[in-house]
Amino acid sequence: MTKLGQWLCGLLLLGSAWAALAGLRLPAPLRQALLPLPVYLLVAFGCFSLATVGFRLATFNDCEEAAAELREHIRAARADLARRGLRC
Amino acid sequence: MAGGGNDKFSVLLPTYNERENLPLVVWLLARTFRDSGTDFEIIIIDDGSPDGTQEIAEQLEKIYGSDKILLRPRARKLGLGTAYIHGMKHATGNFIVIMDADLSHHPKFIPEFIRKQKEGNFDIVSGTRYKGNGGVYGWDLKRKLISRGANFLTQVLLRPGASDLTGSFRLYRKEVLEKLMEKCVSKGYVFQMEMIVRARQLGYTIGEVPISFVDRVYGESKLGGNEIVSFLKGLLTLFATT
Repeated sequence: MTKLGQWLCGLLLLGSAWAALAGLRLPAPLRQALLPLPVYLLVAFGCFSLATVGFRLATFNDCEEAAAELREHIRAARADLARRGLRC
Repeated sequence: MAGGGNDKFSVLLPTYNERENLPLVVWLLARTFRDSGTDFEIIIIDDGSPDGTQEIAEQLEKIYGSDKILLRPRARKLGLGTAYIHGMKHATGNFIVIMDADLSHHPKFIPEFIRKQKEGNFDIVSGTRYKGNGGVYGWDLKRKLISRGANFLTQVLLRPGASDLTGSFRLYRKEVLEKLMEKCVSKGYVFQMEMIVRARQLGYTIGEVPISFVDRVYGESKLGGNEIVSFLKGLLTLFATT
């Protein structure tokens, strides 16, 4: 099954469970919690996504040392290649 | 020593206008492999660069010998996927390393790739900017945000089991790369992504090594609106078809 298919199956499953529960004669407080549940889930997922991307953005490594080391290596490479007769 | 035993590593370097960078990356590769006592060859596939990359490549072939540097140029720009196929036809190693020739990928990580491969007997070892000590240099906040956002979206939609899908610093078993090249049809960033997705489908194992990605020291880095749109199209295509 494709990833799209898996998503549709998952959503269909959750959606029908929700619809079935919503169709039952539940006590009022339960019902009040149940009806907006899909919206809550969507909002929660949105928050989770923002938090995850935000955290990973803030902790994305800046490889200053790697860049400095590369510049050093480039100097060494240039010198050695010139010695070996490379004409740039 | 992190020697590769009887293994031989063929590095594929597709180039287009890399006159400045090519000698440097070849020098770093040669030093890295010699220091670790690993058998290697470098296959340079130049797509008719107008800046004279091919002429520099010929000089490198003389300096390092035609057993270490193999020149397999093509007449014009034909894309990355076909460059790999073209280069692989001439590869004599049992492992293939693919990387960018613009110095954003440092050859020093290759011994770590090799160690990782041995450790888990992996079919593929992929460099990752998103884990452990991995990271980037030379990206502004916007570029990082796009990268992180795109990566998160990809993880959610495809659940690929690898953290860096758009990176192109990887080690493959030769027969695995051959098999994947038959299957993969996308271009650009999506091509690297499709390789990992197909690899999972075919049941290949993937190991990961954190790498630092130092954005192009010489030359222009490319990420425009077009790239983002084609990335999203490619992602959705993979989402709907795999």
